[in-house]
Amino acid sequence: MALTGLQIYKLLPQTNCKECGHPTCLAFAMKLAAKQAELAGCPYVTPEAKAQLESASAPPIRLVTVSNNGTKIEEGNETVMFRHEKTFYHRAALMIRLKDDDPALQEKISKADSYIVDYVGIKLGVDGFAIEATADATKFVEAIKVTRSATKKPLILIAADSAAMAEGAKEAGDKPLLYAADESNWQKMAELAKSLKTPLAVKAASLEKLAELTESIKKLGVEDLVLDPMMNGHLDSLSALTQIRRLAIKKNFRALGYPVITFPNDEVLAAQHVAKYSSFVVLDDFDPAMMYALLALRQNIYTDPQKPIQVLPGLYEINSPKPDSPVFVTTNFSITYFAVNNEVEGSGLQGWLLVADAEGMSVLTAWAAGKFDADRIAKAVKTTGIESKVNHKKIIIPGQVAVLSGELEESLPGWQIMVGPKEAVDLPAYVKTMWKN
Amino acid sequence: MPTVEIPKEKWNGKVREVKIGATKEEGGSRTKTITIGGEATLPFLHFENTIPHAPALAIEIKDRKPADWSPLLYEAWGDAMNDPAAWAKAAEASGADLIVLTLSVATKPDEAKATVRKVLNATGLPLAVFGPGQAEKDNELIVPVAEEAKGEKLLIGVCEDKNYRTIVAAAMANDHLVTSKTPMDVNLAKQLVILIHDMGMPLERIVMDPTTGALGYGIEYGYSVMERLRLAALQGDSMTQQPMIVTPGEEAWKAKESKVGEGVPESWGEWKKRAIYWETLTATPLIHAGADVVVLRHPESLKKVKGMINALMSKGN
Ligand code: B12
Ligand code: SF4
Repeated sequence: MALTGLQIYKLLPQTNCKECGHPTCLAFAMKLAAKQAELAGCPYVTPEAKAQLESASAPPIRLVTVSNNGTKIEEGNETVMFRHEKTFYHRAALMIRLKDDDPALQEKISKADSYIVDYVGIKLGVDGFAIEATADATKFVEAIKVTRSATKKPLILIAADSAAMAEGAKEAGDKPLLYAADESNWQKMAELAKSLKTPLAVKAASLEKLAELTESIKKLGVEDLVLDPMMNGHLDSLSALTQIRRLAIKKNFRALGYPVITFPNDEVLAAQHVAKYSSFVVLDDFDPAMMYALLALRQNIYTDPQKPIQVLPGLYEINSPKPDSPVFVTTNFSITYFAVNNEVEGSGLQGWLLVADAEGMSVLTAWAAGKFDADRIAKAVKTTGIESKVNHKKIIIPGQVAVLSGELEESLPGWQIMVGPKEAVDLPAYVKTMWKN
Repeated sequence: MPTVEIPKEKWNGKVREVKIGATKEEGGSRTKTITIGGEATLPFLHFENTIPHAPALAIEIKDRKPADWSPLLYEAWGDAMNDPAAWAKAAEASGADLIVLTLSVATKPDEAKATVRKVLNATGLPLAVFGPGQAEKDNELIVPVAEEAKGEKLLIGVCEDKNYRTIVAAAMANDHLVTSKTPMDVNLAKQLVILIHDMGMPLERIVMDPTTGALGYGIEYGYSVMERLRLAALQGDSMTQQPMIVTPGEEAWKAKESKVGEGVPESWGEWKKRAIYWETLTATPLIHAGADVVVLRHPESLKKVKGMINALMSKGN
């Protein structure tokens, strides 16, 4: 929670010596509150005041990084309870948990590791893996070696015994997340995390115990922590995760100001965790259908509500079009653009995709808002130079805006306006029957 | 041990309670009615305040077999889709709390009346009846339906800003409720409730439909508008305190991910699983954003979503 100018002023020397370049300490305090000045500007702040100010300006939820080989998972640093208040910044990591005695370990990891799905032009996949110790260190280390041979992605190591954890961590790459410190092993786990400079998960079944543990561990010098409130039912996890988030963001309660890890056992609970405050969502199975749905949900929840995802307006070529290939018109909302592009591209047809500047809105939204009208389409036709690239004068508009065809004929004299189908899925069939040159 | 004080918000308002359906004693013929709304806190935060009713789950059926639904939905409902009465029975058997009957553009007023009568006879569940969403056609079909089912406390629509008067009047004259549907905007939602209420419709008989997009197709807009509406309701803004109905079934099954099994990327996974995930993952966030009535299409999605709702409402255990 940021301090106000007045709160900061109370911590300053209040001598108005002007050395900071501001007329008064209060003026300097106001600039600090507005983040337009640095505390270092005042040579006279006491170390105590400095510590207090620095801790107050630290983010309410600590940013924690798990990484390997250049791939980073950054979690935390969230500032709001609801995405519309600003945005959610660090997309929940979707990870797969496997046990070290799984005979198909390598195969399962390779399969999940190579998984890539395209969502509105963004390539998405599994973020990393959690390897769980079931018996002794030997087996655990072996499994981690196997894992490392199959994936470069960041890892979570699950072991209760700190000795096994220490052995396993040697093979796990740059910065695995160690899971987990609890009441019985926290000193050793904390020492280990400290020596390896890697984040540590902390688990306890009540928020008090969890807070007590994080405080104790912090005193040992480990600050990159991840919380597991050990609530894995729908209701318990919603309550606990909401309380943790509120305590961190609204009460500036440092002891719980860390990202959270959960282990949902099905896709519905995983979806709840993606929307409601989990940062590491660890799944037991890898299923492409489920992964795609969860990845899409995660993208949606974490998009910036202030700006729709959009592509640049202009002329796009699909499958190296020729002068006699059809011209399709659409808007520059990413979802819309990719819906059309993927259909045409996937069907093997060639075509010119003319993307009008509709301020990042879908066909009907833009039409209703007056951002996808005859003028804008005509402008797109004229400014992109499509006329010189094709040997015909026909454009296909989305079926949803069939009403525009009359106006368009007036705005684009000499052009034939063809009304396409309502849904992009039907576009290839439409082209096959209707496009004759 | 550090003391952790459970952070609770103090809300000034709560969602209105709305009851759908009327029993014989109440002037209708339903064997079950359903009450929604009444929440005095955000979804499922029982630690903070009271949540008297679980979100209700509806199955959408159509008066005639739809031509363009996903093959998976034909597979799920089979021959029942040829007969709205049979379909309603199947929907009831699948665990739905209420039935949403949507009428087709091709339907005639008399047919609509007969269908509604048949569905009322086939199931004791509360019923919602919506027109095809085209102003003139909606009025033409919903008015006779409202008369036919007088006293049943149906939930009827579609009331939109350009077309609500006729349907609201029919609902008032025949003792029904209405949905107030607006495109994903807090102020539009509020305004339409005001307009409908100004006609004399009691607020206890209005359910808001803030609309949504499907997972991957704009759900985040619907999700955030619902969260904002619910926060406004709890903060005491009276005209946002209506319970909310959403249609994740309709939206999700429009998406290519659910609709088609062939010619899609391999990374999309197995079709049937994906389709169900698409519907459940469209519904789940919307339920967490405050949905009070959730309209679905596939019985398996209903089962899964119901499991979640039961878990979220079982505060004693
Ligand atoms: C998400 C959404 C929004 C978002 C905007 C998202 C965005 N960036 O565009 C928000 C919440 C901001 C919004 C706002 C509004 N919206 Co809006 N919105 C929707 C919603 C739910 C989904 C739209 C969407 O993303 N669809 C997915 C994309 C991919 O669809 P698409 O662009 O149409 O593309 C498909 C086809 O058209 C086709 N296609 C596309 N290009 C081409 C090209 C060719 C050649 C062919 C053949 C086919 C084709 O393929 C695609 C896939 O099949 C719809 C309702 C719904 N469920 O559909 C309402 C809807 C579009 N909105 C509507 C309205 C009225 C509005 C507002 C005007 C409301 C208001 N008064 O404030 C505002 C306008 C915006 C503004 N003033 O800022 C109405 C439009 C009504 C109408 N028929 O005119 C709708 C239909 C809702 C409704 N039923 O009332 N909206
Ligand atoms: S340098 Fe420090 S003490 Fe001097 S005026 Fe600025 S804030 Fe005050």
